[in-house]
Amino acid sequence: MTPVVKVADLKKIYDLGSQQVVALAGVDLQIDPGEFVAVMGPSGSGKSTFMHVAGLLDEPTSGRYEFEGGDVSRLSADARADIRSRRLGFVFQAYNLLSRTTAVENVELPMVYAGVPAAQRRKIALEKMEVVGVAHLAQHAPNQMSGGQQQRVAIARSLVNDPGLILADEPTGALDTKTSDDVMQLFRRLNQEHGITILLVTHEPDVAAYAKRVVTFRDGRVVSDTIAKEQAA
Amino acid sequence: MNAFGTLRLALDALTRNRSRSLLTMLGVIIGVAAVIVTVAIGVGARVSVQNQINSLGSNLVVVLPGSVTQSGARSGFGGASTLTPGDGMAIAALPAVAAVSPQVNVRAQVVSGGNNWQTGIDGVAPTFTYIRSWPMASGTFFTQSDVASANKVAVLGQTVVANLFPDGSSPLGKTVTIKGVPFTVVGTLAPLGQSGMGQDQDDTILVPYTAAMERLTGQTTYVNTLMVSATDAQGVQSVQTQVTALLEQRHRTAPGQPDDFSVRNLQDIAAAASSTAAIMEFLLAGVAAVSLVVGGIGIMNIMLVSVTERTREIGLRMSVGARARVVLQQFLAESIVLATAGGIIGVIAGAIGAQGIAVLAKWPVSIPPLWIALSVLFAALVGVFFGYYPARKASLLSPIEALRFE
Repeated sequence: MTPVVKVADLKKIYDLGSQQVVALAGVDLQIDPGEFVAVMGPSGSGKSTFMHVAGLLDEPTSGRYEFEGGDVSRLSADARADIRSRRLGFVFQAYNLLSRTTAVENVELPMVYAGVPAAQRRKIALEKMEVVGVAHLAQHAPNQMSGGQQQRVAIARSLVNDPGLILADEPTGALDTKTSDDVMQLFRRLNQEHGITILLVTHEPDVAAYAKRVVTFRDGRVVSDTIAKEQAA
Repeated sequence: MNAFGTLRLALDALTRNRSRSLLTMLGVIIGVAAVIVTVAIGVGARVSVQNQINSLGSNLVVVLPGSVTQSGARSGFGGASTLTPGDGMAIAALPAVAAVSPQVNVRAQVVSGGNNWQTGIDGVAPTFTYIRSWPMASGTFFTQSDVASANKVAVLGQTVVANLFPDGSSPLGKTVTIKGVPFTVVGTLAPLGQSGMGQDQDDTILVPYTAAMERLTGQTTYVNTLMVSATDAQGVQSVQTQVTALLEQRHRTAPGQPDDFSVRNLQDIAAAASSTAAIMEFLLAGVAAVSLVVGGIGIMNIMLVSVTERTREIGLRMSVGARARVVLQQFLAESIVLATAGGIIGVIAGAIGAQGIAVLAKWPVSIPPLWIALSVLFAALVGVFFGYYPARKASLLSPIEALRFE
């Protein structure tokens, strides 16, 4: 089985002129299809940088990154944009929905850039909204929805291109405990029932507990990689 | 992504911010409307000057006295007295000439009963009505015998009628006193209205030129101008040549010596008048175009603010797969749409404004299609020019930085 993500000796060093900041100091990690991985670590541990590189939003300084079997370590910005468009889904802490735009139009956005015809876009968007339970909010604008609802719309948006990997960056950071649990249950369901591979970045152990595997970063390196034996309820 | 898709994205973004889009367009709307209104007024004026001059008759040739040099100072054309009624008669005998009328101009206070009015009195020949193709409203024009005996008869323009006979009574047979000399009214002219230069052509009194010379100016040798009508429009050129040759001979102008008269046809006068109007038109349009550029700077301003304000939106678009180029195209399309829509609305607003001026100020207006096309095109170019910098700025954002932007 081809791993979704396979990185070897991945380094990311920011050159700030007077000094160099090492964000990733040689990371080796493999994520297989169907995995639900939580990346933890204190701030400055490199977990966010790893997510950016893994999500092809940024390129590594050195090392090798294979995404779904293809070498993507040295791609042009356009080529990375194309892979993001077709194979990756993003969920952010701040939802990042377009304001004054209906939920369904927000969900359609990635397909606009992937060149999916308009009629098909609407159909797929509504399907995915159904999956995450917000189909009834299709014509609502973000400011007419609760935080949990907005995040569900954002999750629907990350699903529309049937991505090989969903990257979720502190997806519950702006939500209360109850809503946070609901959203994490949703991620778990997507992973278990739909076999979607998820890479979750969080600093909350409660949230990480929903994942099957927890990878901990410190000072730009992986310091622990544990597979949960039993799923927390 | 194709051009249509990009346009769609731009339109969506613009309609999401309707009031700001409208305010941004306002600069371009005002700029284009200003261009259209000024051009409409300018072209309208030019066209009407041309029409008025043409209505005087394309066959018309005007002979003016030349300039005089006195102690080194040269007066302008018409400054000298060189043309005589005899010159006029000699010109009338030329083959290509249909009619000639001398003209003697006097300005005076005219009195009739209890009313008085300051107006221009033109001493002319009976051929005047033919040369100017100016019909009568009532009565008859004076005759050649009135001219021969310098009879004190007058034909009034409608403005003079209205001011000297405000009670609406017929002026025919009444007496008007010009410079203390009583003239009997024998006819009134049909109303002509304003000339292209804004003069009231009906504010005039016509008398036999002989009467004007003997009774009003006291100067019986020279006339102010000679109006000559060629038999047809093609004859104008040969009339000019023949008149010049004839007058040089009659005035004994030595070869190489400057003529003491000038012969002009109305085409020349029309050309001069319309070129003056054209210069005005370009100046006005230039000023209006400056406001259009200012409108463009407004667009750039708002687009720059918009790029900053929408940094996270740009980051999101990039993270879900928008290439930098597509982001650039979207923002560029937004400013082009704003500018072009502003241009089109501006044309409509300008056309309405021009019509308003036409109705309220009774000023002829005319909007050439070329100017409509030019202003919309220019507005679109303003959009491209002032939209490129903000659009490029947006496309150069790093998706990570943009997503983090607060």
